[in-house]
Amino acid sequence: MDKKKLHIILDIVAIAALIGFMFWANATFNPYNKRIFNTCCIYAICALSMNMVNGFTGLFSLGQPGFMAIGAYITAIFTVSTADKVSIYKIIPISDFMANLSAPFPVALILGGLVAAVFAFIIGFPVLRLRGDYLAIATLGFSEIIRICITNMQGITNGPTGINRIPSHINMWVSLIILAAIVTFTLAMMRTSYGRALLAIREDEVAAQAMGVNLFKHKMLAFVLSGFMAGIGGGMLASLVGAIGPDQFKFTVAYEILLMVVLGGQGSVSGSIAGAFIVRIALEKLRFLDEPIPAIGYPGIGGMRMVVFSALLMLVIILWRKGIFGNKELSWDGIGGFFKLIGSKLRRSPKKEVAE
Amino acid sequence: MAWSDLLQQICNGLLLGSLFALVAVGYTMVYGILRLINFAHCDIFMMGMYFAFFFVAKDFRLWPLSFVAVIVATAVLGMGLEKVAYCTLRRQNAPKISMLISAIGASYFLENLATVIFTAKPKTFPQIPFFVDMMQIGSVRLQRLAVAVPIITVVFVLILLFLINKTKSGMAMRAISKDLDTAKLMGINVNGTISFTFAIGSAIAAVGAILWGLKYPQISPLVGVMPGLKCFIAAVIGGIGNVKGAVIGGLLLGFIEVMAVAFFPEISAYKDIFSFVLLIGILLFRPNGLVGEKIAEKV
Amino acid sequence: MKKKLMAVALITVLALTSLTGCGGTATEEGTDSAAASGDTVKIGVLQPITGGMAAGAAIEIEGIELANSERPTVNIGGKDVTVELVKADNKSDKVEAANAATKLIEQDQVSVILGSYSSTPSLGAYDVVRNGNVAAVGISCTNPAVTEGNDNYFRVCFIDPYQGKVMANYAYNTLGAKTAAVTTEQGNDYSVGLAQYFKAEFEKLGGTVYEAAYQTGDQDFNAQITSLKANDPDIFFVPGNFTEAAMFIKQAKQNGVDVPLLGGDTYEVQEFLDVAGAESEGVLFSAFFDPDAELTPLTKEFVQKYREANDGKDPAGVTALGYDAYNLVCDAIEAAGTTDPVAIRDAIAASDFTGVTGPVKFDENGDPTKAAVIKKIEGGKFVFADQVTVQ
Repeated sequence: MDKKKLHIILDIVAIAALIGFMFWANATFNPYNKRIFNTCCIYAICALSMNMVNGFTGLFSLGQPGFMAIGAYITAIFTVSTADKVSIYKIIPISDFMANLSAPFPVALILGGLVAAVFAFIIGFPVLRLRGDYLAIATLGFSEIIRICITNMQGITNGPTGINRIPSHINMWVSLIILAAIVTFTLAMMRTSYGRALLAIREDEVAAQAMGVNLFKHKMLAFVLSGFMAGIGGGMLASLVGAIGPDQFKFTVAYEILLMVVLGGQGSVSGSIAGAFIVRIALEKLRFLDEPIPAIGYPGIGGMRMVVFSALLMLVIILWRKGIFGNKELSWDGIGGFFKLIGSKLRRSPKKEVAE
Repeated sequence: MAWSDLLQQICNGLLLGSLFALVAVGYTMVYGILRLINFAHCDIFMMGMYFAFFFVAKDFRLWPLSFVAVIVATAVLGMGLEKVAYCTLRRQNAPKISMLISAIGASYFLENLATVIFTAKPKTFPQIPFFVDMMQIGSVRLQRLAVAVPIITVVFVLILLFLINKTKSGMAMRAISKDLDTAKLMGINVNGTISFTFAIGSAIAAVGAILWGLKYPQISPLVGVMPGLKCFIAAVIGGIGNVKGAVIGGLLLGFIEVMAVAFFPEISAYKDIFSFVLLIGILLFRPNGLVGEKIAEKV
Repeated sequence: MKKKLMAVALITVLALTSLTGCGGTATEEGTDSAAASGDTVKIGVLQPITGGMAAGAAIEIEGIELANSERPTVNIGGKDVTVELVKADNKSDKVEAANAATKLIEQDQVSVILGSYSSTPSLGAYDVVRNGNVAAVGISCTNPAVTEGNDNYFRVCFIDPYQGKVMANYAYNTLGAKTAAVTTEQGNDYSVGLAQYFKAEFEKLGGTVYEAAYQTGDQDFNAQITSLKANDPDIFFVPGNFTEAAMFIKQAKQNGVDVPLLGGDTYEVQEFLDVAGAESEGVLFSAFFDPDAELTPLTKEFVQKYREANDGKDPAGVTALGYDAYNLVCDAIEAAGTTDPVAIRDAIAASDFTGVTGPVKFDENGDPTKAAVIKKIEGGKFVFADQVTVQ
């Protein structure tokens, strides 16, 4: 059997296993673990969104929270029922027009993504001329500007109280399918000439330009796509949590997402997903540190979870400085190579190392 | 607006701006040498405030001595942070972004450690009468700090400029900031110099923390976040990596923040937008900040 | 390469533990016997242990723990059952609040939840609580949205519209103020709400309001103070978290503001006095409770106990509320006679409780009607100034 066929078979097996896992998980997971899974998927989408600009195109952008906020608010405004909206907007009553806006969840979600993309387009015009850390701080600035505007436009956003009673349309299948759609799209796009051009820009901007790549157009493409994905992620987050407020989209959220992207490996789709899952699961599963463990006489120190989490984070990044996947993807060859590597280590034979 | 009010606002702006400048210098020094945004700088600043809380005696006796101890302790902490969070990564030639993540991790670590050790309940910074007593100059009411802070800022910045431009270690710093590898080849003790830079940056942060604490006497684990962001913006406005730029950026940002509220109180809710708009505007027209030098692109 | 393998191992271990965690709880869930096991009853404490609101939460938890140490068991059907407090950190964040609340309900299977401090995380847990069939008793989340439309959310404090009305009436009628300078902490729903309710009521009474705003986390307010002062207002109303408000008050006095300064319930913590120092003298604010007011016979006893345990320090309002919430919940568990969350919810809804901060009887939203106390800072202490009830 040649390699290609083997890979197709392995792909099918993996997908079947994933679907099997989903059925099993849906039946056995308690709502807490289901919620963790959903949160992981949503953050994976946000991480993919950041990976699109930071990983693939090599632009250092921290604008995700702003786009997420736009997606979240659009989704919230369109899915909360009119009666609920009238009672939620207490301080400045909602206008009839706003109160009557309504759309099914998928439409609202996509609309949120589109509006976020439009904002990315507008913001992209000035900031994409900047480079490196300056681009990062400018995008962070725009993200904060969006947040401050949301805080202050009480008639539209209900100010700092935010919007609650957002109906939940997120379950494990929905989050997985949306994540899978975005992953498929990203992988497919990276194979087109557009995707190659983005990679070329990342590797060497000047050379890419010399090769005839329109820098601005391609950077803008990545930035707008990233805005769209972040908007989708934000909308899903709103629907999952059921309540949103401006404080949820502070600039520190960008650091959290960056963390996931870099931990997984910049420029790797598998890496972004792994990073998001590891960070979110670790955050939840470390909760036991806040509670007492009588067996070892540990009294339970409130806040210990975050101390250990940040120490682990530093440890992982020091041990694994290019992230888990580097800029490579999870592939059957890579897994094969990895097992060969471990095998060779176990046999202590100085065989030539096979990289992923 | 009455003249006395305007004068008062100018003093407010000068005081805030000087404080911003002092902390921004720390950001700029680390960036200048490593091209790394030290996200943990604001938490070094926070720890400096906690050190001051514990070192200054209840009756404020010997406070100048306590402050010296605070500065030394903070400098040591900064060097330690560099050794743990950055040095190992640098030795392995890790990508810059990994160091950034390490910096974010260090920042989370310090904030949460402070929450666990000192509890989240805010503590009061020692109110040393020498600094905090009020004085009346004409129609303007000021704390003595308002005069002391700009003077202290100027003194420290001058010392720093002297250090960077006229001493041997300063020359080493400049060499490393131009080209780390070549500097190594020239026999410069790179690790030692970087440690030294972190020590100086953190010591300046401690001075900033002391003055900040005297002016805004509240210490909590997250106290550094807001000043950290503002001072980082100030450093970028001035041209990150440039000490003079950080001072100019800090003063400018302080004035803008105060004047925006002074002239347009009805839109003071949007105050922070002014800082960001200023930042983005300056970046667009002068992509390397007000006095930043253009860094040649390596092809 | 060695390091890489180490890292692989680390991640694998992490991943495996998380997976086994999932699997383990899944099997536990089937038993669903938390209600039946008679030895302990679990009370979830949903609080921002870390993050921006951790300061206030720490003071609130103090009250819950004090009450717990006094009353470590409840009597269910003639049997003493130990109360176990299960704390869950919501990091002052809505997403984490929803996760933490889900964990309390589904994994720890608590019988009832206390918290959270501040309305922001409480709103994050809103949906989880509504759908989870476990009652939550908010302690000092004063935003009306927290309990509205949610049969499972209750609270032991009064709400912002009421507090705003109280302060406006007090300022206009008792202090005789005709113009007011009002600041809002943009980004804090509590502050924005309170400022707006105050403004609406004050203007309805015939007064004029000047406004200025600051951001959460700001430390310099000289600019706002100088421009508000230029209007020569009769009073300043500074609702907001005490961390910012204390600095605002301090700077206002330093800038020579000599008109009355008014605030909200958040002021009533020792840290406010420490930070604002001598400048806090004369500040007036609305509060849930006063150690000297003897709102109920229990007040005195509680204050005495707290002082003994804390070197003569007076308890903060939220500490007293935390104490009340714990006792209210324990009473409800005893009334229900079971650890079943639904029965406890019904018992809470029907409760007619007398605590140290006054009687608690819930209306259809799950909010109590309580009198507000106006307190004044005198000689570095909170003293009783007035008691106000408005319709």
